[in-house]
Amino acid sequence: MRASHTQRGFIAAMLHRLSGIALAVFLPLHFLALATALNGANALDSFLALTRQPLVQFAEWGIVVALAVHMMLGLRVLAIEFFNFHEKTLAALSICVAAAFAVGLALILNAG
Amino acid sequence: MTGSAAALEVEIWRGAEEGSFQIFTTPRREHQTVLDVVTEIQREQDPTLSYRFACRVGICGSCAMMVNGRPRWTCRTRVNEVIGEENHIRLEPLRNFTVVKDLAVEMTRFFDKWKDARGYFEPGDKPAEDFAVVKPDSKKRRAVDEHIECIGCGVCYSACDVVEWDKDYLGPAALNRAWTLVNDVRDKGNAERLDAISKSEGCQACHTHMNCTQFCPKSLAPTYSISGLKRAVFWHSLFGK
Amino acid sequence: MNPALFIAQRLTAFLLALAVAVHLTTILYAVHGGLSAGEILARTRGSLAFLFFYSVFVIAVAIHAPIGLRNVIREWTAWRSRSLDVALVLFSLVLLALGFRAVFAVYAA
Repeated sequence: MRASHTQRGFIAAMLHRLSGIALAVFLPLHFLALATALNGANALDSFLALTRQPLVQFAEWGIVVALAVHMMLGLRVLAIEFFNFHEKTLAALSICVAAAFAVGLALILNAG
Repeated sequence: MTGSAAALEVEIWRGAEEGSFQIFTTPRREHQTVLDVVTEIQREQDPTLSYRFACRVGICGSCAMMVNGRPRWTCRTRVNEVIGEENHIRLEPLRNFTVVKDLAVEMTRFFDKWKDARGYFEPGDKPAEDFAVVKPDSKKRRAVDEHIECIGCGVCYSACDVVEWDKDYLGPAALNRAWTLVNDVRDKGNAERLDAISKSEGCQACHTHMNCTQFCPKSLAPTYSISGLKRAVFWHSLFGK
Repeated sequence: MNPALFIAQRLTAFLLALAVAVHLTTILYAVHGGLSAGEILARTRGSLAFLFFYSVFVIAVAIHAPIGLRNVIREWTAWRSRSLDVALVLFSLVLLALGFRAVFAVYAA
């Protein structure tokens, strides 16, 4: 039913779901990267050098935003389910997404 | 768009699960509802067109169908609201139901799920000795009041994405009714009811898309009933209360 | 989904909300001026607080993520048999293993 695809609840649910999938895929890679430190600080440093390429930087930004989006929209679900929060306006969705992008912006401003 | 000189193009599903769309042209009239349009087509142009209606004044919920991809009551949908630029309306049977013929759908599974969710009052073994005293402003009575007006029209069930993805999902209407009974202080079947609505096809499958709340023609909010059920199951599972 | 999975999912969600807030704040602060192994390890090496926090984090994620994936897979693909549950338990174990390995790597470096 294509009409539902523009409804804010559906958009919220899809952002939440897709960011969750992205995180589940990313996480093992994240753990593997950190574990290169098992071979010493130099090994981790050489790995980090790889991450300075623009494409990787963009992906990192994407993952941070995905984490923030997933958390914000997750908080929305928890508020509705456990605190009987009656979310009926676009405001809640907008706030969640805006906050997530604020996190992404903070990353860009801070990094490098 | 004004004036009855303009014609209306109406695309209607014909057939059952297999079929095709048939295009009709019908005059635009002032204050037309989509039900008026379907009725005029069936009476004046094609008597083989099958559809349902009863009260035609927004009380019974029988006339629900997909209008331009949205489930709504056709008697309460003015053509002006849905006409769009091209003077075109698309009518389909309610999504998530099996099509019987044309615009009429099979409602049995919908009501079976109502039973599966134990959406019925359980008086218990012993008859009550006296009238139950339920204060109208008590928390539980207010919870019931918010959600009791459901007439089983199927629009929420039709709108629900989880019903589309999981044919076993009990659906917003059945769960909404279960919630009103969970809050009915006279009901004796709560333990079984909470069990019934917390299986894999139960309330936990709801992902808060809120289509049901968005489309309910009676402005009910099954999302919050289902959240209430999730909380009830949560506390019941952890603390048995 | 059943009550047990639901409870596990929602409880770890509450926990992760806190953990992620801390983690994001830490990361945003830590990447200030660039990221280097030396900087990371200086913070994590021998830190019991770090060890405890991230161990809890790893366990919570290893519970939360597979349950979420289970819903997605059951709803969007035809895979809903027991084998899916088995695969997800394996995924959970992978997350636990890799996660603890990573935590240990930067704690003991």
